[in-house]
Amino acid sequence: MRKERIDRGLKVRTQGIYAITSAREILYLMGPRVLLIAGLLALPFVFELAPYWKKVINIMCAYALLALSFDFLANYVGLVCLGGAFFTGVGGYFAAIFNVELGIPIWISMPLATIVGAGFCTLCLLPCLPLRGVYFAIVTLMYPLLFTRIIEALNILGGTNGMTGVAPFPNAYFENYTIIVVVLVFLFAMRRFVNEDVGLVLRAVKDNDQSVRASGISVTRMRIIGVFIAALLGCFAGAYIAHLYMWAGISLFALDFSIIPIAAVVIGGGGTLVGALIGAFILVPLSEILRAFGTFRIVIYCAILTGFIVFKSEGIMIYLQRKYHQFERWVKV
Amino acid sequence: MELLVYGIINSITLSLISLGFTLVYSISRVPNFAHGALYVASGYLTWLFLNEFLGIPYLLAILAGVIITSLVGAAIYQFILVRIRGMEISEIIATYAIGLAILEGLRWGGLRGGTFVLPTFFAGSINVLGVSVDYQRLIIVGAGILTFVILYMFTRFTKVGLAFRGIAQDERAAMMLGINSDMTAVLSLAIGSALAGLAAVLLLPLGNIVVEGGYNVLVFAVAVCVIGGLGSWGGVIVASFIIGFAQILTEYFISAHYQMVVALLAIIITLLVKPSGIFGKQKELEERV
Repeated sequence: MRKERIDRGLKVRTQGIYAITSAREILYLMGPRVLLIAGLLALPFVFELAPYWKKVINIMCAYALLALSFDFLANYVGLVCLGGAFFTGVGGYFAAIFNVELGIPIWISMPLATIVGAGFCTLCLLPCLPLRGVYFAIVTLMYPLLFTRIIEALNILGGTNGMTGVAPFPNAYFENYTIIVVVLVFLFAMRRFVNEDVGLVLRAVKDNDQSVRASGISVTRMRIIGVFIAALLGCFAGAYIAHLYMWAGISLFALDFSIIPIAAVVIGGGGTLVGALIGAFILVPLSEILRAFGTFRIVIYCAILTGFIVFKSEGIMIYLQRKYHQFERWVKV
Repeated sequence: MELLVYGIINSITLSLISLGFTLVYSISRVPNFAHGALYVASGYLTWLFLNEFLGIPYLLAILAGVIITSLVGAAIYQFILVRIRGMEISEIIATYAIGLAILEGLRWGGLRGGTFVLPTFFAGSINVLGVSVDYQRLIIVGAGILTFVILYMFTRFTKVGLAFRGIAQDERAAMMLGINSDMTAVLSLAIGSALAGLAAVLLLPLGNIVVEGGYNVLVFAVAVCVIGGLGSWGGVIVASFIIGFAQILTEYFISAHYQMVVALLAIIITLLVKPSGIFGKQKELEERV
């Protein structure tokens, strides 16, 4: 006996022009997407009576952004970033500098911190981009530790106390919807981006860099683009968190920001982008429930992470996609 | 003179730390990001043996700690890494996750504060070239040199050691000659972990056993290996002397806070100037895209 998987007729029909022939096809195609968008947008209202969990939604979405950034970098550019916290830290500190020191209002300081921060991160990571292999992982692992040390040692940017007095959001709905809308926009933009010409070249860089080079395209330049985009997501998450907590400190470089996104991507399914979101939506509430365990939570993530990598490396999203698009049956060989 | 003596001691410390990492990478091509965790775990195990089973000789406790660490290393390969061999992204994530789990698990289990101290082997100090050096540091230097000599002999004159080098140079050709790649990798992880454990029991008596030590060890080990050329033995020695002296000099003239900055700057300069490291000539083409 072996398991046979066959595409559903519906799936095949919706791939072509027939996609718009009937309501059923349209629903099949749009259903999951609409469900995600509507569900996410409705989330603040669902938790209207639980202010604590409304706060969790914010953090959850920030982690989703970081996971998206990790997924893009690892599975579309081929660079493993072990220090997502570097992006959040840089974004958060830039937001705090712009807002507190220069007095730029929140709606400008956040995007500005995102772009300037992403530029800064790309510049920092530039030396290891022409190389393949583990160098990128190593250097990204070091940067958050390094910046923590520098800030502590030089006592700049508020030292260990951090920078206080970052402008808050006007109200809880702004908090929720800023991040939710940004997550959704980035998600669908990224899905589009990886199928554009640039995205295809990026994927080629991951799969076979020599052939990209042979085609006369600079691998380093493509990687710079990839890292810049990933850093954009990470820095926005950092800037948002700084404004959310009205504070930027060295805990923005904390390990959580590095490891939870990685775990989220592995659980959700690497390379699907949506999977990163789903992983974050599972892990972050879980981590809130386990708050009493302290640092033991990291052990739990790592155990889940290793388990998924070894035993179920496809992740939840790819599993769900398969169930949605195909049916399975046992056949006699 | 003080700079020279402490520079040498610091350099040998660094090379002890990074030997295990580079051994594992050069043989099995697995970047063992759990290296720092194994280092701390080994120190903690030794402490545990020493304090839980009172009356056990110090040497025996050390032996037990190192052996258990090496078994853990072997188990990591045998049960986890072997399934994801060759998938670079998964390898990095998995070893990193295992390392984090060990470190944060120890932190959660109560490994914090200054209570976890291993005793020095011999108390007291001696004058070397007019600088007072305690015995523990002398032992580190001696053990470091001894480890190098033993490893050199091992890889040159024993069958297993030659198999290691065969796999490191060309995995396929080595397999064709009947060398079991997985077995070699398990052994390499066991030996690499044992080296991490050895470094831990030698170095930890100089300070406390703390979780942060694990991250530092990992970072410095990786820095030394990148600068020396990943997987190169001679490179490790030269690179640890470069970083070791650079650190002592910055500590002496500027501030001790910059130790890690020095390591990172060294990495970045190396990557910019000679990406394959000082001795990574043979793999230069492979590393550069």
